[in-house]
Amino acid sequence: MQGLKENKKKELRVGIADWKICCEPCDLITLGLGSCVGIALWDSEAAIGGLAHIMLPDSTQFSDKNRTNPAKFADLAIPLMWEEMYKNGARLKRIRAKIAGGAQMFLFPDKRGSVLNIGERNVVKVKSILKKLGIRISGEDTGGNFGRTMIFKTVNGEVYIRTVGNPLLKI
Amino acid sequence: MTDWKDLSGLQIDALREIGNIGAGNAATALAKLIQRKINMSVPRAGIMPFNKIFSLVGGEEEQVACVNFMVEGDAPAQILFVLSPKGAFSLVDMLTGQEVGSTRKLDDLGMSALQEAGNILTSSFVNAFADFTKLKFIPSVPAFAFDMVGAVISSALLEGGYFADDMLVIETQFSDEDILIESHFFLLPKVESLKKILQTLGVSD
Repeated sequence: MQGLKENKKKELRVGIADWKICCEPCDLITLGLGSCVGIALWDSEAAIGGLAHIMLPDSTQFSDKNRTNPAKFADLAIPLMWEEMYKNGARLKRIRAKIAGGAQMFLFPDKRGSVLNIGERNVVKVKSILKKLGIRISGEDTGGNFGRTMIFKTVNGEVYIRTVGNPLLKI
Repeated sequence: MTDWKDLSGLQIDALREIGNIGAGNAATALAKLIQRKINMSVPRAGIMPFNKIFSLVGGEEEQVACVNFMVEGDAPAQILFVLSPKGAFSLVDMLTGQEVGSTRKLDDLGMSALQEAGNILTSSFVNAFADFTKLKFIPSVPAFAFDMVGAVISSALLEGGYFADDMLVIETQFSDEDILIESHFFLLPKVESLKKILQTLGVSD
């Protein structure tokens, strides 16, 4: 059946400060992760996948006015996405996470601009949130000084990392 | 007034106008640098949400060259100068005295040439801003990246401590008779700086 076939090739874009889940086989894609971190959660049995693209580690450092979008923050986005997956039948004991990003794109010669070290802090926070939720990390490509695109195939849980000038990496 | 969203039309026009002047100054500096007559135009300028800026260069995965300045002084801000790869390559050719079209990838020499050009362009941009507002701006030594635009811009903003959702974008085109260099200046004043800049322009609330 044509329609069904089409469906299987479904591709969903996850924007910056955004998350999406998918309950049928599809590719979840997020483009151009720099210091941001992409978090792919996958339930192998229920074949449910979720992908988040967070920008900042911790929402508690911001006033209400500046946290209108929970998908921007690791501490809010990951639990929200997990909750949505749970509602759709995903279960904790089967969930695995793969994470990518957290690069340091710029090196300031005089260090003034890079004291925030957002990339590294994002990775640390993502890991601690996953740990708190009881989700094991089964793959990771973080750090460095280059941008990454993340392609998550919810049909088999494979995550591919695309970078400029390098072959596709599977994590 | 703490946000781009709260700006009046008059205030945006005033900022856009100094953006124009800054870009004009940068064009003059570029002309001196490569000893050619350079025309400058500003096709678009205005406030834009950051998740829309990627479309300016064709999408998140498009490669760009980005020179990133932190500006200290009376009104701390951040300035990004972003070039398409084609624009970056043309600029490298002009700077190194090669025929335009020779450079097809960035080596160390090309990168440092671009960084230097970015430095000069952005300094002249900032100088125009300083003259106009009578505020003191002290630009840092710039940082440079050549990678996917999504990764480059988001990281530049976050590392600079800029967490707002909007920014002032000044699209600039530098050209001589047969070469067009497409580029963008992104201007990101800190919240308190925006207020100060508007005050000096006489358009504060």
